[in-house]
Amino acid sequence: MNIIVCIKRVPATDSKIKVGADGRSIDPAGVDFVLNPYDEFAVEQALKTKEQLGAGQVTVVSLGSADAQKELRSCLAMGADAAVLLDDGGKPRDAHATASAVAAWLRTVPHDVVFCGKQAVDHDDSQFAGRLAALLGVPSVTEVVALELSDGTFRAERDIEGAREVVRCGTPCVISTQKGLNEPRSATLKGIMAAKKKPLETVAADVPAPGVEVVSLELPPERKEGRILGSVDELIAALRTEAKVL
Amino acid sequence: MSNIVVIAEARSGQVKKPSLEAVGAAISLAGQASAQVVVLVAGAGLDEARSTLAAAGAHKVIAVESDALGQYSGDGYARVFQEQLAGLSPIAVLMPHSAMGRDLMPRLAAMLGAGMVSDATALHFEGGRVGATKPVFAGKAYQKAFANAGAPLCATLRPNAFEPGSGDGAEVSTVAAQIDAGTLGAIVQEVIAAASDRVPLQEAKVVVAGGRGLKEPENFRIIEDLAAAFGSGVAAVGASRAVVDAGWRPHREQVGQTGKVVAPTLYIAIGISGAIQHLAGMRTSRFIVAINKDPNAPIFKVADYGIVGDAFEVVPALTAAVSAAATA
Repeated sequence: MNIIVCIKRVPATDSKIKVGADGRSIDPAGVDFVLNPYDEFAVEQALKTKEQLGAGQVTVVSLGSADAQKELRSCLAMGADAAVLLDDGGKPRDAHATASAVAAWLRTVPHDVVFCGKQAVDHDDSQFAGRLAALLGVPSVTEVVALELSDGTFRAERDIEGAREVVRCGTPCVISTQKGLNEPRSATLKGIMAAKKKPLETVAADVPAPGVEVVSLELPPERKEGRILGSVDELIAALRTEAKVL
Repeated sequence: MSNIVVIAEARSGQVKKPSLEAVGAAISLAGQASAQVVVLVAGAGLDEARSTLAAAGAHKVIAVESDALGQYSGDGYARVFQEQLAGLSPIAVLMPHSAMGRDLMPRLAAMLGAGMVSDATALHFEGGRVGATKPVFAGKAYQKAFANAGAPLCATLRPNAFEPGSGDGAEVSTVAAQIDAGTLGAIVQEVIAAASDRVPLQEAKVVVAGGRGLKEPENFRIIEDLAAAFGSGVAAVGASRAVVDAGWRPHREQVGQTGKVVAPTLYIAIGISGAIQHLAGMRTSRFIVAINKDPNAPIFKVADYGIVGDAFEVVPALTAAVSAAATA
C-alpha cells in the first residue's frame, strides 16, 4: 500500500503572534516553528497502517520552503520511508492553492491513502483534506478518532455534536486525523540516525493563485481588566445585575 | 437578483440553531448585497426540517430528498448540493462551522473552484465583493479576506457568533435527488449518541471548565454539578489540556488551541491557570469568571470576575446559588 502523509510546518502553539509589516501576515521573528500537532497523529497512523499490513511505503510530503526539511526529517526519524518537499517558491497560498498544488503532485505518484492532520494550527482552516479529496475525486473522512482497515476498506469514527459517527470509506481516500486517534511515537536515536540516510527529494510545486484575497490581519482587542470579588454572593450579584446572565 | 445560499444541516430530520444562525447571517448580508436568501437542505424525511427552515426568514427553501441521503455522506451530499448550486450561481455559500460543515464545505468549495473562509465570525460586503473575518492562530489574531471575482465565497460560520434568522413567507419546494447509494464513497453507517444529554460544547450558552487545580479526576463532579445547576440544555463541561492529556477527561471536552474554541455567553474557569493555548480557546466568551487559588494565575488577566480561593469551597457555594437563581 502506498501511504502518503501531508504535513505542515507551523508556529508552536505557545507562540506570541505579532502582525508583520505588510499588515496581512505574521511577523515570523522570534517564532519557533514545529510540526503541526495534528499531523503527528497522521504520521503515526500511516506507520501503524504499514505495520498492520506488513508491507507498504510511507511517504511524507510538505508544501513550503526549504525550512520544512526539518519537520520532514523528524517524520523520517519517526519511521517514514521517504520525504518530498514541494517547493512553493514563496508564493502566497490559501487552502485552495495548497490543496491544488498537492493534488497536482499526487496525480504523478501512486497513492492508496492520504493522511493529514484535521487542521493546521496556524490558519485553523480545516479545509485541506476535503479539498484534496474532491480534487482527486476520492472520498474522505475528516477528524477521525478511531480507524480500522480491512480488505481495503476503512471503518472510521468521528465525533460530531453530541454523538459519534461510524463511517465506511473505500480506498483510495483521504483521512484527516484528530487527537485521540493514537499516541504518536517519539523518534529513537536509531531512528534519527537512520533518517539522515533516507531520501528527501525536492520538487518544484505548481501553485495557483489563492481563492481568497487576504486584506488584513489584526490582533483581537484586549479584554478590559476584570475585578476580583470577595465572595460567591458578590459574584452572583455581578452575574445577575451587570452581566445579566442569571 | 443574486443569491446567497445557506446549506442547512438536518440531523435525524432536525435543524438546529447553528443552521438558523447561518440563515440569519445570510439575511443581513443579503440586505447589503441586494440578494435573496436560498436555503438548501438534504436528507430523507425532511418534513420537520422544512417547516423549521420555512420560519427562518429566507426567501426560498429547497429540500433535496433521497433515501440514499438518509445517512450523511460527504461526497454524496457535495454532489447533490453542487447540482443545486449550478442553477443558483450564488455570490456566497454559507454553512455552520460544525462537524458536517467542516467536512462538507471544503469539498464543495473545491468542486466550485471557490475560495473559502472557515469558522467566520463576521461577514462583509464591500466594493461588490463578499468577504469574511475569521480567527487565526486559535484567536490570537483575526484575518479578513474577500472572494476573488468569478466564484462565490464559501464560508463556515462559528456557532454563537450570529443571530438566528426568523420570519415567515419562504417559498418552500422539494426536489428528488438523483443519486444512487452504490456510488457513495464514504457513508455513515451508524450514529452513536453520547451517553449524556448535555448540550454540545460549542453550542452551549454556559461552559464550566476545570483544570489541574481540581487535583483528582473524581473531583470533576463539582464541575458537572455546577453545569447541571444552570438547568437542562444550558451548560456544557470543558477541560484544560493538562487534564485531558492526563486522561481525566475525554478530548472532546478540551478547550484551547488543540481542542475546541468556544464563545459562550458565560465561561467559568475553575482551577485553570490560563496557558496561552487555553486562553486562545475561550477569550472571545462574553463573560469570563475565574476561580483559582493562585492570585497571579494568568486566567485572571482575561476574566471579568475572579474569585481567589479554594475551588472545593467556592464551587459548591456557587452551585447552590446558581441552582437557587435558576429555579427562582
